[in-house]
Amino acid sequence: MRRKKILREQPPEGFSRRDFLKGASMAVSTGLLAAPEAGAVTPEHSAEVLGPGAVPITLQINGKAHNLNVEPRVTLLDALRNQLDLTGAKKVCDRGVCGACTVIMDGHPVYACNVLAIEAEGHSIETIEGMGTQGELHPVMAAFVEHDAQQCGFCTPGFVVACKAFLDKHPHPTREDVEHGLGGNLCRCGTYAGIREAVLEAAQTLKGGRANG
Amino acid sequence: MDKCKYDWPAAGDRSLIGKRIKRVDGPAKASGRAKYTYDINRPGLLIGKIYRSPYAHAKITAIDTSEAEKLPGVKTVKVILGVGKETNWVGDEIIALAAISEDIADDAIGKIKVEFEELPHLVLEEDLKQAGDYAKKAGSKTAGDPVKAFSDPDLIVSEGYYGIAAITHCCLESHGNVAEWTGEKLLTYSSTQNVSGLPGQIGQALREQGVDVPDKNIETVCNYIGGGFGSKFSPDEWGIHVAQLAKTTGKPVKLMLDRNMEMEAAGSRPSAYARIKVGAKKDGTLVAWDSHSWGTGGPTGAGMVPLPYVLEIPNRSSAHTSVSTHTGPARAWRAPDHPQAAALSMCALDDLAAKLNMDPIEFFSKNADLSAGRGKVYREELEKAAELIDWKTNWHPRGDKTSGHIKRGLGLSMHTWGGRGHNSLCLVSIHPDGSVETTLGSQDLGTGTRTAIAVVAAETLGLPVKAISVNIGDSKFPASGASGGSTTIGGVSASTRRASVDALDQLFAVVAPILGVPADQLIAVGGKIQAKGDSSKQLSWKEACAKLQVKTIQATGKNPDASKCKLGDSGVGGVQIADVSVDTETGLIKINKMVAAQDCGLIISMKTAESQVYGALIMGITYALFEERIMDQITGRMLNNNMEFYKLAGIGDIGELVVHMMTGPGYDERGTIGLGEPPVISPGAAISNAVANAIGVRVPTIPLTPEKVLAALAKGGVA
Repeated sequence: MRRKKILREQPPEGFSRRDFLKGASMAVSTGLLAAPEAGAVTPEHSAEVLGPGAVPITLQINGKAHNLNVEPRVTLLDALRNQLDLTGAKKVCDRGVCGACTVIMDGHPVYACNVLAIEAEGHSIETIEGMGTQGELHPVMAAFVEHDAQQCGFCTPGFVVACKAFLDKHPHPTREDVEHGLGGNLCRCGTYAGIREAVLEAAQTLKGGRANG
Repeated sequence: MDKCKYDWPAAGDRSLIGKRIKRVDGPAKASGRAKYTYDINRPGLLIGKIYRSPYAHAKITAIDTSEAEKLPGVKTVKVILGVGKETNWVGDEIIALAAISEDIADDAIGKIKVEFEELPHLVLEEDLKQAGDYAKKAGSKTAGDPVKAFSDPDLIVSEGYYGIAAITHCCLESHGNVAEWTGEKLLTYSSTQNVSGLPGQIGQALREQGVDVPDKNIETVCNYIGGGFGSKFSPDEWGIHVAQLAKTTGKPVKLMLDRNMEMEAAGSRPSAYARIKVGAKKDGTLVAWDSHSWGTGGPTGAGMVPLPYVLEIPNRSSAHTSVSTHTGPARAWRAPDHPQAAALSMCALDDLAAKLNMDPIEFFSKNADLSAGRGKVYREELEKAAELIDWKTNWHPRGDKTSGHIKRGLGLSMHTWGGRGHNSLCLVSIHPDGSVETTLGSQDLGTGTRTAIAVVAAETLGLPVKAISVNIGDSKFPASGASGGSTTIGGVSASTRRASVDALDQLFAVVAPILGVPADQLIAVGGKIQAKGDSSKQLSWKEACAKLQVKTIQATGKNPDASKCKLGDSGVGGVQIADVSVDTETGLIKINKMVAAQDCGLIISMKTAESQVYGALIMGITYALFEERIMDQITGRMLNNNMEFYKLAGIGDIGELVVHMMTGPGYDERGTIGLGEPPVISPGAAISNAVANAIGVRVPTIPLTPEKVLAALAKGGVA
């Protein structure tokens, strides 16, 4: 299987991610994706060049394989939302700031607007749709409802996913841990007070579940 | 006196009203299943995009869309502002297009060529001297004799300069719509605060553009909206363009604003600056006020905010200058004009209290009767808020004299709002199988409207909340007002109550002969219909409804409806206190704690009501410390039209928050009053006053950035 690294570098100032991703073709190497200081993408010598047309990929999402055709410039977020109708992850800032598009990739929370769909191939992706349903809420979701950690709800799925990823790594968080660990998600309505309580309660519930299971 | 049957149940008879009920659409939102406008995917969906003006003020001299039109996947290109027209802010719409994907639409935008002749622009307004002809006198008000009052040599007078910058709404779900035509009928999925009002606006605009569509053929749907805050009452020009693009292409089209356009063109809160002189007797009695204020709300300027705020000082004069700028037009922003009025007035009054060497709690309590008949409420709230922040222990006169570079201070502010219920129709249906529906053309902005409707119907019918289906978010439902000005709770709770009582009466009429009890002696409680005081004569809700056989009961309630009891009121007060620490070396402000004491009459749903206040405190902390639309006069552009440089508070920025709702006798009997706006008014002033109390000097303008804190300290204070 092709191994693909996730681009973590921020684009140079004044140069949007979308413009950056709009290079006519995308280089995916067996090592690091070439990260230019500015301007065009320079393929590495042995790079495999994909695009600019749509390419077939298979994404492992919530334990199921999905075959897609995407242009290399399409983000994981757009692929989820527009091709698979998985709309729990929201498009808000579209540049890796607000966390509304958070999904879990190989156990790590990532901003789906900052990951290309082709980069996500070969990785295990978990979205909010894989965590629970309206009828069977995941303990984090249930805690959000209990503590009214939501108003308009647009940031909520991103927060719920980020909370799950956070609690998977920090099962015994303090309030300070929560404030630090969830600093990558933003809310406009002002639901942070409820979220703080919800995360701490979900930690307790999940611990109980682990102890019993 | 006979109790009106529509009246709210007495405190002892409420099983749900005022209790902490979980938000009924909480699971849909928390599980990511709630579908917002942005989430609508339709077969064959096209994506709309807008080419926007890069100049603050320019005349269009040439437009060439040919390259864009040739691009495979582009379905239609529509010029909005043609050659010869002027653009008046960066982000003004010039051309709309639709393509088969967002990326292709973006590519097409990049191929459009527009030439401009740049014209002079103004985007900054704080320095009036630079505003020239863009500044115009815009009204003045006088009461009493301020000139004479200020001439009293014994008057203690404080003079100062205060201000609060323009901010944007920054809705997380950007503005936008999906438009889909089926024959002559138009369906729009719209991110809107005004479900019932949108089709009429869309129809009118389309007919003006030559599309002959009657209002009755237009339906608007909005089940969930990702933030509005006052910026989503109209379909907007882009909402009309998308209907046109859909008409031309024969396909559904989705047009959601990109983040930069959302920040630049989809709503801002006007700035306000003022030079203020305020005087009191030595005992703190307020006597005289004089202010000259100015601000901008974009091309049409900005009107005067209510000065002095809350307290009607007997001798007062206020004059205002409106500055028109080439910036995105203002829209109603949660409690329009009030946060600015509070920021200007409450800071000026706090400075006067400091000059008088008075404890602000004592100073504001003493003058509370200058509010319009709300003195008692304010004194009770001042007392409660002071208790919750432990004012007696933690307050000190201005300037924290303890050693070290971290200075701590307390500050307060007070506010008011109306919040009378809007017009609303509610249809309650009781089906023979016992299921119950409430149907209204309302919307839930996240304030808990669905939950409140369910609570009122459930309480009235003696059922659990989950037994009530709430249908809102469709313009084909009985009309309800737009959700703005904190008018929704008063409107929908009253219409739902009246409809529920009338529907229940119909059910009573059916089961009364079966139980052998007069209909007016029946009650609905605990999932049963039973005789008052005789539980041996009862039917379960299901049994009772089964007696309807195949006939569904329907009743419509409305608001206002003077014939069916007064269920709500207008006018609330609130007090907030902030406890902050200021690092005098870095200028950074940390919120330790904020408390809010707030009345809003009878509370229907306590949990979501408290959430409104928590949210308002956090939104207030955000605009007090971080938020500002930063304009560049040279380029005419907004420098922070994105979310990394337009700062919102994060979860670690808010400190401890305490919300106290004023309830019980003296409050409940007023019925429902709106809550969304009032608690967002005071945080700016309360935090600014706390900072002044900490460092001993006023930071004149909000947001209170580290740079401004250090600049203020350089002029004085305790550092």
